[in-house]
Amino acid sequence: MAEREYSESTDRIVATEPVEIRRYATHTRINHWFTAILIVLLILSGFALFHPSLFFLTALFGGGQAARFIHPIFGVVACISFLLLFLQLWKLNLMRREDITWARNINEMLAGNEEKLPELGKYNFGQKVVFWGMFWLLLAMVVSGVMIWQQFFPSLVSIEVRRWAVAIHALSAVLSVLIIIVHVYASLWTRGTLRAMVGGRVSGGWAWKHHRKWLREVARRQDTPPAE
Amino acid sequence: MTNSWTDIKNTDLVIVMGGNAAEAHPCGFKWVTEAKAHRAAKLIVVDPRFTRTAAVSDYYAPIRPGTDIAWLMGMIRWMIENDKVHWEYVRNFTNAAFIVKDEFGWQDGLFTGYDPATRDYDRSSWDYVIGEDGFAETDPTLENPRCVWQLLKAHVDVYTPEMVERITGTPADQFLHIAEMIGETSAPDKTMTSMYALGWTQHTKGSQNIRGMAMLQLILGNIGVMGGGMNALRGHSNIQGLTDMGLMSNLLTGYLSMPTEAETDYATYMSTREFKPLRPNQTSYWQNYSKFMVSFMKAMWGDAAQAENDWAYHYLPKLDVPNYDVLRMFELMNQGQVNLYFCQGFNPLMAFPNRAKLTSALSKLKLLVTIDPLETETARFWENHGEYNDVDPASIQTEVLQLPSTCFAEDEGSLTNSGRWLQWHWPGVSPPGDAKLDTWIMSQIFLRVRELYRQEGGSFPDPILNLSWEYEDENDPTPQELAMEINGRALSAVSDPNNPGATLLEAGQQVKNFTELKDDGSTMCGCWIYSGCWNVDGNNMARRDNSDPSGLGVYQNWTWSWPVNRRILYNRASCDLEGRPYDADRMLIEWDGERWVGNDVPDIGVTSRPEEVGPFIMNPEGTSRLFARGMMRDGPFPTHMEPFESPMANVFNAEMRGNPVARVFESDVADLGTSEEFPYVGTSYRLTEHFHFWTKHNKVNAALQPQFFVEISEELAAEKGITKGGWVRVWNKRASIRAVAVVTKRIKPLICDGKPVHVVGVPLHWGFTGVAKKGYGPNSLTVFIGDANIETPESKAFLVNIEPAEEPVA
Amino acid sequence: MSTPAPAPTTAVSNPSVDPLTPNLSDAAIMRASATPNLPEPTQQMEKVAKLIDISKCIGCKACQSACAEWNETSPEIGICDGTYTNPPDLSSEMYTLMKFSEWENPDSGNLEWLIRKDGCMHCEDPGCLKACPAPGAIVQYTNGIVDFVSDKCIGCGYCISGCPFDIPRMSPTRNVVSKCTLCSDRVAVGQGPACAKACPTQAIVFGTKDDMMAHAETRVDDLKSRGYDRAGIYDPQGVGGTHVFYVLQHADKPELYSDLPADPKISEVVEGWKGPAKAVGLAAIGLAAVGTVLHSIFGKPNTVSAEDQSEAEELVDAELGAEGQQREEV
Ligand SMILES: Nc1nc2c(c(=O)[nH]1)N[C@H]1C(S)=C(S)[C@@H](COP(=O)(O)OP(=O)(O)OC[C@H]3O[C@@H](n4cnc5c(=O)[nH]c(N)nc54)[C@H](O)[C@@H]3O)O[C@H]1N2
Ligand SMILES: Nc1nc2c(c(=O)[nH]1)N[C@H]1C(S)=C(S)[C@@H](COP(=O)(O)OP(=O)(O)OC[C@H]3O[C@@H](n4cnc5c(=O)[nH]c(N)nc54)[C@H](O)[C@@H]3O)O[C@H]1N2
Ligand code: HEM
Ligand code: HEM
Ligand code: SF4
Ligand code: SF4
Ligand code: SF4
Ligand code: SF4
Ligand code: SF4
Ligand SMILES: [Mo]
Repeated sequence: MAEREYSESTDRIVATEPVEIRRYATHTRINHWFTAILIVLLILSGFALFHPSLFFLTALFGGGQAARFIHPIFGVVACISFLLLFLQLWKLNLMRREDITWARNINEMLAGNEEKLPELGKYNFGQKVVFWGMFWLLLAMVVSGVMIWQQFFPSLVSIEVRRWAVAIHALSAVLSVLIIIVHVYASLWTRGTLRAMVGGRVSGGWAWKHHRKWLREVARRQDTPPAE
Repeated sequence: MTNSWTDIKNTDLVIVMGGNAAEAHPCGFKWVTEAKAHRAAKLIVVDPRFTRTAAVSDYYAPIRPGTDIAWLMGMIRWMIENDKVHWEYVRNFTNAAFIVKDEFGWQDGLFTGYDPATRDYDRSSWDYVIGEDGFAETDPTLENPRCVWQLLKAHVDVYTPEMVERITGTPADQFLHIAEMIGETSAPDKTMTSMYALGWTQHTKGSQNIRGMAMLQLILGNIGVMGGGMNALRGHSNIQGLTDMGLMSNLLTGYLSMPTEAETDYATYMSTREFKPLRPNQTSYWQNYSKFMVSFMKAMWGDAAQAENDWAYHYLPKLDVPNYDVLRMFELMNQGQVNLYFCQGFNPLMAFPNRAKLTSALSKLKLLVTIDPLETETARFWENHGEYNDVDPASIQTEVLQLPSTCFAEDEGSLTNSGRWLQWHWPGVSPPGDAKLDTWIMSQIFLRVRELYRQEGGSFPDPILNLSWEYEDENDPTPQELAMEINGRALSAVSDPNNPGATLLEAGQQVKNFTELKDDGSTMCGCWIYSGCWNVDGNNMARRDNSDPSGLGVYQNWTWSWPVNRRILYNRASCDLEGRPYDADRMLIEWDGERWVGNDVPDIGVTSRPEEVGPFIMNPEGTSRLFARGMMRDGPFPTHMEPFESPMANVFNAEMRGNPVARVFESDVADLGTSEEFPYVGTSYRLTEHFHFWTKHNKVNAALQPQFFVEISEELAAEKGITKGGWVRVWNKRASIRAVAVVTKRIKPLICDGKPVHVVGVPLHWGFTGVAKKGYGPNSLTVFIGDANIETPESKAFLVNIEPAEEPVA
Repeated sequence: MSTPAPAPTTAVSNPSVDPLTPNLSDAAIMRASATPNLPEPTQQMEKVAKLIDISKCIGCKACQSACAEWNETSPEIGICDGTYTNPPDLSSEMYTLMKFSEWENPDSGNLEWLIRKDGCMHCEDPGCLKACPAPGAIVQYTNGIVDFVSDKCIGCGYCISGCPFDIPRMSPTRNVVSKCTLCSDRVAVGQGPACAKACPTQAIVFGTKDDMMAHAETRVDDLKSRGYDRAGIYDPQGVGGTHVFYVLQHADKPELYSDLPADPKISEVVEGWKGPAKAVGLAAIGLAAVGTVLHSIFGKPNTVSAEDQSEAEELVDAELGAEGQQREEV
């Protein structure tokens, strides 16, 4: 059987008329949305402290003390959850030569001339940036977050280090929000993407257009046509 | 104190030696800071440790515990050698000019008359030559080789700065620096105050330490003046009141003395009390002794005290030994001779030396009664607390009754401070639980005992049955009633001696002060020196007028000071022979040509002429004494004596151990150690965070100083491998204890007689009850021997050994 | 001889005991944490200060116990760690702490026992307040007192990083920070701080900052007359001066006093984190969000065409159909 280079083992063509491909298994989707919800909660609870104008957000969590208490707990859970996602997806998110070319010519994509770009595997450069960006930023946030976690680690690091930690945490938070905005928007702007994470399937056309190598490989790998 | 706390602000120089004023008397120390801030006064501290007082001093010097006499005699020598003497003062106001008997002398560390067999001196040669006229002979030129001045000069001659350094370990250059500072106060308008306490008293020659400084102060002319004086920083808030009220086995109230066995009747007793003046025209106030004594007996026994029965003199106990001090009581107890012991506001198991002996003694009692607001170690001496009180309760048969009492914050009355001020106070809170006033408890005991005597008789019931007990509620005498009784009142009408025919006092009227007391039974007075505290003007102790018209901290209308509201004793000595103040800016009193006037109550008859009557009216000489005559058991001059446990031999006489006349019980001799076995000098003291053994019951104090420790130098720590905060074992023949080590630069090894001497500091405040961590205190280790004159235990100098140790389990 | 110092206006003289309405109302708040648009305080007060004269301090800890008593805290009964500093550190139950350091002065050869009362300095420009994210949890009154308002504190501990003096401490049980209040509750009714009241030597005095400064200068003169040539006032300008300040024997070496910072200021990291960076961060997020919205409105979506779909079908058929059938044949 052919080697898997651009696809997960669970990726399958699940219908032929019209063509539909399973992009995410159920557990992956649960994992994704669990992470996403927690990260939204993290943003809400974290940014409540970030700026006075957002302090009102603490009310969502039952007040300042509660928001302060729950935020790092969400954080740890979110990180574990993201870690599971990460383990599933990291291989296919490794950068490849064609990603560079793709990125150089990104304006072609924005202009709608995606054909001019190289054929791609399961993820494009932008998705990979989201993936690795979130990975590093979450790592930074969990490390700095523990350092500033007053209630349980009051004297883990010196005050000087703690000053840096809280600054890094805040900076990472801002960056991660930027990334998430890009991520969310991309998944909305690129029509047909959202269903990948909702129902787990994408249309053949979507795959052809955005992730042709992936599509080719999934098709090549498959022994039997989908049971329809 | 000769002066008052507030007066300290008037000084030019403070010497804190033999005490740790900032830590043990922080509120009083405020006046030192005032003097420093507003008079640019300087502060000298001489202490074996660099204390918190030293932390704010201008000059600090270390000293080996127990060697202050050598230091002070060296200081006197330096003053004389460098002409830093207030000559007019010395000539007129001290006994420098008095001629001493030819037989008196000093050799090998001993004065004439020593008998090693009785460990006592025959003191008959320690006295003046009395002339034909019955007065002591004097030589105002001070040149007669037998005059006190010349004898003093000869006596201090050995104490050169080098000798001082050799004995005390105070480096000579530091000693000389201090000498220069002190010397400046010999100027008539400069003064120094001496603040001292247990660093001097808790030695077997404690009284002589204090005499040493008193003599120095006299030579400098610093007694009786503002900002000067000998200022004993008394301990408990009312310890001054304790001695004033005669709560010692050899005293009655107001320093009247308890009769001895030999004094079988009143006349015999009085024959040695009423001193006749030793110089022409002098006052000798003790000539009034009988007025105070008779009034006291009338206060005790009322109508049962009559001229016919020697004013009930026979009711008074008679001493068969000089003193039933605490050490003697515990010795007797340990010999099984005491059945019942009352401990009222006293925690001897922690406070007195040689805990093993105390535990053994208490175990031999039939009944121990403690009257205390707290759970004291003494009350729990039978309880096992692991290594902190390692006793076998089953083997102790003593019955213990704990009677809960109130403390000062819960009762009303007066406290007498070091400055002799009687300050009335009011209860701040109600007593908790079953706690009862001490007066109530004592009344109950008395009334029940009296009832028993009434019903069952006894060998001598009269003193109990006739005790006057005239209180509205005999179960509960009020502080007001007691204070008025102490002040004294007329029992029958008293006529006015200055205005024949007129009545001075109606029967029942409060006397104004002790000048109105009589020895014919017409007045009564509980404590003559307190007479005036609650007189016709009401409760003078409750006065709270802090106006100070002179600006000199006299505060005449703030509470009341004994005697007769006088704030500075011997204040007549602040003026020259014409009665002019030596320092016009610090005028206490002055002679206006007819009488003494000024800011304080004159310590002399108001019309006594300055050139005639001496300032020291309690002495028959009219002067102060550089030479103490036979008043002190261990010498008319202070002479260097080593502590009983000492790292070196007495340089004057290697055979001499400790104070040659201090009382040593047979049973304690074997417990004494030598420097071969125990090379380090232990000394004990208090910390500002705690008050004795009470405040370890208080959470805040306990947090501020939670755990028992000992302090040692970095050098000793390095030598022994002891680390800061690590555990050590400290031991000698009497005990072995464990403590945390505080390793500090504040204790430095001293070089004495060429050898290094290490000091181990042992603070006082821990025990096995309370909320602080359990610990020891110094008294497991200390020596069971007291001062030769007043039996204060030698807690400030003893020998120990030390090594690193394991932390105790639990 | 130095000129005698005039008696300071201090808490020592007994203030009135008549009931007073507390005068530290909201109208006296000049700064509040996380409250950018605080109204101008209508109640302007004279600046106060507590002066701690280290040269007068005897390390008796009366201030420490008065503080615990007045504030009804219960400091832990710990152990002796080989020093006189007890408890070993400030805590949420011990707002002030005597810190002892032994120093051998190389110039004079003398040992000096420098005892410093540690506690909140009540900075004119308080780093704690700057760092605090909870609106109104830290306030500064027009008299200079910086106070923590526990009810509003969320327990994040940012003030701990914000403070250049390492002062605020988190209560492990209540999850709010506490520190010296400069006895704002007492000062509000005309009394001085409890610690100043208890101090037996008047090493602590309290009054207007001007009076305290004048008094401090006379103290410095006195120290200079005693040979402390470098005596001086510690009122660090890096934080705009403080409302608790010291007289030091060695003002040139504040670090001798148990590491008193020589030139404290709010850390640049904290300034950076709490300063314009926040606005920039929010703006970036805002811009990104707005950008996406605009793009979604004005840009055209990236859609999949029918062509794409048929291309995909072809591909699938080619791969799947053929292979699948081949397989069946085998
Ligand atoms: N905080 C606090 N204050 C107290 C008390 C308390 O328990 N706690 N107790 C009160 C009572 S009852 C008393 S009696 C007083 C006692 O008051 P102080 O006598 O001032 O107190 P101590 O700490 O016993 O001893 C004073 C100093 O004497 C030093 N010293 C020891 N040996 C010698 C020596 O041979 N020569 C010299 N020059 N110095 C020596 C010690 O190092 C110590 O610093 O304090 C009273 N005040
Ligand atoms: N080694 C060494 N030993 C020493 C000293 C030293 O420096 N070194 N210092 C010595 C000195 S100076 C002293 S004064 C002693 C102190 O020795 P103590 O006087 O035995 O010690 P305190 O703890 O003061 O004990 C007094 C008791 O009185 C109780 N009390 C307080 N108020 C009242 C009241 O109103 N009524 C009654 N009935 N009880 C009350 C307290 O609760 C306390 O238990 O220790 C001495 N022992
Ligand atoms: C996407 C993930 C996260 C985001 C977006 C985020 C965001 C934030 C933000 C904006 C703040 C306020 C910073 C400021 O006021 O300057 C904050 C504070 C904090 N964060 Fe996070 N954070 C995240 C993850 C984590 C994680 C993983 C941890 C912990 C283990 C953590 C622990 C903390 C802590 C302890 C604080 C201080 C406030 C508090 O105690 O609640 N955060 N976070
Ligand atoms: C809240 C709104 C979110 C939406 C609508 C959303 C939507 C999606 C969609 C549609 C995909 C599938 C894209 C594809 O497979 O091509 C996807 C993938 C993914 N999302 Fe999200 N997502 C959201 C939040 C998040 C968050 C907060 C995280 C991060 C921590 C995240 C991490 C991922 C990852 C890692 C993938 C896999 C693609 C990759 O590895 O690049 N998502 N998301
Ligand atoms: S007991 Fe306390 S308040 Fe009273 S004088 Fe001593 S230190 Fe001051
Ligand atoms: S812990 Fe409380 S006071 Fe400190 S920064 Fe956080 S909210 Fe503000
Ligand atoms: S010292 Fe620290 S806690 Fe106090 S006001 Fe300054 S920054 Fe705030
Ligand atoms: S000002 Fe008040 S809160 Fe601050 S240290 Fe003093 S007593 Fe404590
Ligand atoms: S109360 Fe005064 S003297 Fe005592 S430690 Fe505090 S500041 Fe120093
Ligand atoms: Mo005492």
